[in-house]
Amino acid sequence: MNRLESQKDLERHREQLKKQRDPQRPLISLCAGSGCGAYGTDEVKDALEREISQNGLKERVEIKVTGCHGFCEKGPIMVIHPEGTFYSQIKVEDVPEIVAETLVNKQLVDRLLYKDPVSKQKVSKESEVPFYSHQHRLIFGNNGLIDPTNIDDYIAMEGYSALAEALFSMSPEEIIDTIKESGLRGRGGGGFPTGIKWASCRKAHGEPRYVMCNADEGDPGAYMDRSLLEGNPHSVLEGMVIGAYAIGSNEGFIYVRNEYPLAVKNIDIAIKQAEDYGLLGEDILDSGFDFKVKISRGGGAFVCGESSALMRSLAGKVGRPRAKYIHTVEKGYRDLPSTLNNVETWANVPLIINKGADYYASIGTEKSKGTKIFSLVGKVKNTGLVEVPMGTSLRTIIYDIGGGILKNKKFKAVQTGGPSGGCVPEGLLDLPVDFEKLTQAGAMMGSGGMIVMDQDNCMVDVARYFLDFLQEESCGQCVPCREGVTRLLQVLTDICAGEGKDGDLELLENVADTLHELSLCALGGTAANPILTTLLYFRDEYLEHIHEKKCRAGVCKGLFYYEIDEEKCNGCHVCFRKCPQEAVYGEKKEPHTIDQEKCIHCTICYESCKFEAIVIK
Amino acid sequence: MEKSLLDSEFLDSVLQQNDYDQENIIMILQDITARYNYLPQEALEYIAKRLNLPRSHLYSVATFYKAFSLTPRGKYILNVCTGTACHVRGAEKIKETIVQELDIHEGETTENFLFTFETVRCLGCCALGPVITVNEKSHGGLDRKKTHDLIEQYEKEG
Repeated sequence: MNRLESQKDLERHREQLKKQRDPQRPLISLCAGSGCGAYGTDEVKDALEREISQNGLKERVEIKVTGCHGFCEKGPIMVIHPEGTFYSQIKVEDVPEIVAETLVNKQLVDRLLYKDPVSKQKVSKESEVPFYSHQHRLIFGNNGLIDPTNIDDYIAMEGYSALAEALFSMSPEEIIDTIKESGLRGRGGGGFPTGIKWASCRKAHGEPRYVMCNADEGDPGAYMDRSLLEGNPHSVLEGMVIGAYAIGSNEGFIYVRNEYPLAVKNIDIAIKQAEDYGLLGEDILDSGFDFKVKISRGGGAFVCGESSALMRSLAGKVGRPRAKYIHTVEKGYRDLPSTLNNVETWANVPLIINKGADYYASIGTEKSKGTKIFSLVGKVKNTGLVEVPMGTSLRTIIYDIGGGILKNKKFKAVQTGGPSGGCVPEGLLDLPVDFEKLTQAGAMMGSGGMIVMDQDNCMVDVARYFLDFLQEESCGQCVPCREGVTRLLQVLTDICAGEGKDGDLELLENVADTLHELSLCALGGTAANPILTTLLYFRDEYLEHIHEKKCRAGVCKGLFYYEIDEEKCNGCHVCFRKCPQEAVYGEKKEPHTIDQEKCIHCTICYESCKFEAIVIK
Repeated sequence: MEKSLLDSEFLDSVLQQNDYDQENIIMILQDITARYNYLPQEALEYIAKRLNLPRSHLYSVATFYKAFSLTPRGKYILNVCTGTACHVRGAEKIKETIVQELDIHEGETTENFLFTFETVRCLGCCALGPVITVNEKSHGGLDRKKTHDLIEQYEKEG
């Protein structure tokens, strides 16, 4: 492929690509995101290639291995175009039938169709699966249609047209104004207006300036950035080049977690291809503008997601944050003006340039514009990545898209915003999700993790879990965070072990205040949020742990025991067989009993009972 | 690592790939880890000399970031995901099972250097939770029994 040397060249190449592609030609899109990959996409792909060539269909059918489609619960996922036939949980053994029935005979394979757990109806098309039909996939939608290792796929889907528009028809100031007017806010957690950040960096003194992509996705339970980089890396790159042009920068970095090998690989390929095409590097599309990007692989420290820590880490140092009064847009990497945006934020930029600020601002709520990708995980039926307009209610996300709670248990809370966020209770399920509303509820948008919890999750344990995480990840340089988080964790650990005492809750609140006031960075400043929201909405659970030595969810060891409800137990003998301690006794078809002396509360019987006969006391 | 095993040719190639740039130290250490599974002291000393960095700087970086270990690790690194989604789906039980089966705690390696037990904050495949990776391969939907079987399978492969 020759270098593209003008906007015209790019458009000509795009037209050619479109002409070569027959929309009626069968195309199998196979998800190879990290979720589906772990379920065995590679084996399915090999089988598919074999079967297709054995049937002499090689010339007539195209197989496309794509990034994450989002519906990770049902992987591996396959969509057959142009019909949009949706098959899920495919195994190698299913492949011959798919080829014979669907590709040759144009018939559906009924058993591979998705069955909606709510309506119990089978659905044949991807667009009709409720998980997808309630979404608005502006940023994430192309993932299922493009091969991330092939730049032509992205170009054929109007890729890099925003870049050409920006370089040849807009001034840097116009781009910044467009981003400001669109209302785009940072998707990494803070929600700072992107246009204002760019404008301050452009105005700051010092040369050169840097732009960076924060792909150090650290919030546990959030993986949208991983999936975007894996599945549509060019959209992130295109956003970065536009941003660099607007800010006046010729050098950029992508700081990505080394634990995301596929993301590192795909973004690396994307950079090389974009350079070959003249869409990145020197004299982009012969516009006179240069921009080069380097990948920097992180060393596995949560705190490096903080801007000043990330920039220190980029410089090969220990990632300790710096006081906030020095702004990184003025003094960032190498003490020079630097703009750091999150992966998803960058991916929004081409869309805004292509469709205009007004279009973008028409989606969402008053102060939160556009769509947001959430990772809906935990005790929910349809785990996966969900993109909805800002302002969509938690209920719609969890019940209409997520299909409700796993095993139809009782919803308890949804945790948003990672370790800086909080737990939102059932009473607030109708809350429209945007930056302000979540903060008002005591939680946070964060990067968009949504972890659903049910009756079997102990809220004290959840708070303890996050503090344990933060204690591990605290960089240790400021006393409030290093010592405060440690003390909070000690108190919570005691409460979970049944050693809580009067005054503990007040102590937690007191230390939380200190952390909030005095910590150097946001990691410490928000570290107590998981405690404060659980205290606010689930205080009775804390009190039960402290005064009654009881954990109603059956999580905290020693604070509960199992009993068999004789009326519900039909003596199916499953728990009898599964108990590793031989603590269950009773005759078949007769109600069983648990020997409390022998029981180690390992949860095996509780989880294996199909009749809800084992109860937590 | 014995002195004779110190492969200066390899270390030079790592430095070259990273442009002999002090700023790339994290990636240099990652590349060394990828080869040896840990950071041998001799390798750190060699790198410090070639990049003209104080050894204390390398030590601070190597001990700050979770990806690095200063002690040898096993052939199979069992990395239990302790992300929130895995936690609420029972990652704790997976950790307990590993402790019971292998008699090692987090951060430790079995005496035969077959397994090292570590945790990671989130692997980003939350739908599969609880998840562990064994070196680069992910295994999802685990419970006690499946964890036991998995360890057994790797023990057999040796």
